[in-house]
Amino acid sequence: MSAADFLIIDLPAMLVAVLAAASCGLLGNFLVLRKQALIGDAISHVALPGIVVGFLVAGSIATFPLMLGAMGAAILAAVLIETIRRVGGLESGAAMGVVFTTMFAGGIVLLEQTGASNAHIDAEHALYGNLESTLWLGLERWGDILTWQALSDMPRSLATLGATTLGIGTLIILFYKELKVTTFDPGLGISLGLPVKSISTALIVLVAIAAVAAFEAVGSILVIAMFICPAATARMMTDNLTAQLWLSVLAAALAGIGGYVFAAFGPRLWGSADSLSAAGMIAVVAGALQCAAMAAAPKHGALSRFRRARAQKLDLTA
Amino acid sequence: MLDDLFLILTFQAGYNTSAVLAGVLALGIGGGVVGVFSFLRKRALISDAISHATLPGIGLAFLIGITAGGTGRDLPLLLIGAATTGAAGILAVQWIRDHTRLPEDTAIGTVLSVFFGLGIVLLTLIQTLETGGQAGLNSFLLGSTAAMTANEAWLIGGASAVTVIAGIALMKEFGAVAFDEGFAAAQGWRIATLDIAMLALLLAIVAIGLKTVGLILIIALVIIPPAAARFWTERLGKMVGLSALFGGLSGWVGGGLSALLPNMPAGSVIVLTAGTIFAISLICAPRRGVLTWQVRRWRHRLNAAEHRGLLAVSNGLLPRDRLDLWTVWAKRYVGPQGRVTDRGASAAANAARQERLWAAYRARHPDAPVQFNPLTGLRIEDVLPADEVATLEDGLSGK
Repeated sequence: MSAADFLIIDLPAMLVAVLAAASCGLLGNFLVLRKQALIGDAISHVALPGIVVGFLVAGSIATFPLMLGAMGAAILAAVLIETIRRVGGLESGAAMGVVFTTMFAGGIVLLEQTGASNAHIDAEHALYGNLESTLWLGLERWGDILTWQALSDMPRSLATLGATTLGIGTLIILFYKELKVTTFDPGLGISLGLPVKSISTALIVLVAIAAVAAFEAVGSILVIAMFICPAATARMMTDNLTAQLWLSVLAAALAGIGGYVFAAFGPRLWGSADSLSAAGMIAVVAGALQCAAMAAAPKHGALSRFRRARAQKLDLTA
Repeated sequence: MLDDLFLILTFQAGYNTSAVLAGVLALGIGGGVVGVFSFLRKRALISDAISHATLPGIGLAFLIGITAGGTGRDLPLLLIGAATTGAAGILAVQWIRDHTRLPEDTAIGTVLSVFFGLGIVLLTLIQTLETGGQAGLNSFLLGSTAAMTANEAWLIGGASAVTVIAGIALMKEFGAVAFDEGFAAAQGWRIATLDIAMLALLLAIVAIGLKTVGLILIIALVIIPPAAARFWTERLGKMVGLSALFGGLSGWVGGGLSALLPNMPAGSVIVLTAGTIFAISLICAPRRGVLTWQVRRWRHRLNAAEHRGLLAVSNGLLPRDRLDLWTVWAKRYVGPQGRVTDRGASAAANAARQERLWAAYRARHPDAPVQFNPLTGLRIEDVLPADEVATLEDGLSGK
């Protein structure tokens, strides 16, 4: 494998994977702590109908209308879920289940009925993305990356995700205190005069933006995995929110790189030249990291819990 | 076209179509019955983890099938694989919830995305095998009825019937666990065991519905019908019946429409039908529906306006609030020139009396329910026994 191959094929895919994982993973921390982990699930499912509508309205598969459609669908879904929950008095899980399955089904029917499925939109693609086709053409040596030419040839999804990650990171730093208070103690937030409702709405909107930006490259399932697994991994490791945010980015990056490497180069171990689904493999690696954390985390892991319980037992018998 | 739909829905459109329709009808009923219990237990989305967790099992079963020399496309083998990893998914959710600090929704999200990712990896692995070439496993993602054979339809129908019977047989126990865990434990029932039984029924429905509806949408069959049924009744037995009815109706109508029209994937049409039933229930259901809710709010506002208006009249004034004024005028308590009618005078006197009595009552019972209040239009004689009203009146006149 030459350096050019790596730079053109593997590097952009890895970068996209890491950025998608990091932007979703950062927000995932707040979703997990607020017990809203599954809103990411619901939102990434309704991206499909949104994209189909965006395509039908705009008549092309240009990025902007598709993203707009997906954003609209995500916000509509969030509003519907909230309405059903409040007016209908249903538990939020059931409300989500009703809304996202119905919207997803509507998307599939639209896709089949309008023939949009012939135009590069298909449901399976939407589920597990197409990380492998992210190419950064024109790179030959490492030094090329920093030239203007190369930067303007940067794959679209890489640029979108870079901007998204940067934006989300900045917002989290700027509103760190507000997010922290409203996440752990909404009551305190209200008494401090913080706009608790607007903050949670803004969080949902950010989740929708991250989901849509990542969705195109990596598919909805990986988006869900990244909203949950890195944050859950970090949550097992620490009680400190700042540390948790950094750890979740680390876990997301490890999963992105590790998963891509296993998927692209793993099959060569048994002599096959084909590669496996990178999005799927990244989710698996993220899951493996989470399992490791759940088993062996210093304070909250199953092993140390077990050891503490045994020590207590010995104390009692002694 | 309507004739064709009629023929399909009345099972007269050929053996295969009818068998498929019977299959999805049974599946809808089964999903409706089984879904009620996880819905009431507030664990509706655990089915999402189960359905996604079946994918790696399907891939593994296929790999085992071709290693053993078959085509790997043997439906019972694939379903056993699906059920195996589906069960592993359930256990993983339970373990994460019970043995780590992570809450159940995080556990569900972890299991559904990681198992699904593994399944996708296995599917891409299968595609690289020479014998694997497509293998038709992708149809498990979004489902298809086109390829369903009559035998498979009977398998689905039979398995649905078994889960329906099991669900109804355990209805009382499941209901107790969902509504009152303490009561269920006091009856000597093992809550953990009943939960596992409930999840096993859910898994059975998910597994048999996978190929028809697809694993993304199958959860709609166990969530939407119970959620719709909940709007119409407060009784468990009725709710199970209604949920089965809604599920069956979705399967029957959705399956029929998809057989009639080209490019209508059955799973999606069934889910859209269920979604429509849900929307109708949400809006129209008596007591819990949005319309009733809105009507009740309006009636309450009018009652309050009438009472406030009459109080103003009893003080010799015209109400200042527009709605209050409109109410006393519309009810002919006040004539065109602002003159109080006879009817109005007696109603105003009565309203003032109600106000005084309720105030006296609330002074004695500060913890009385909020709706014990003249603004709701409730007459004190209708709520309290006559002797208590008499005591209150004595208290007022004695002062």
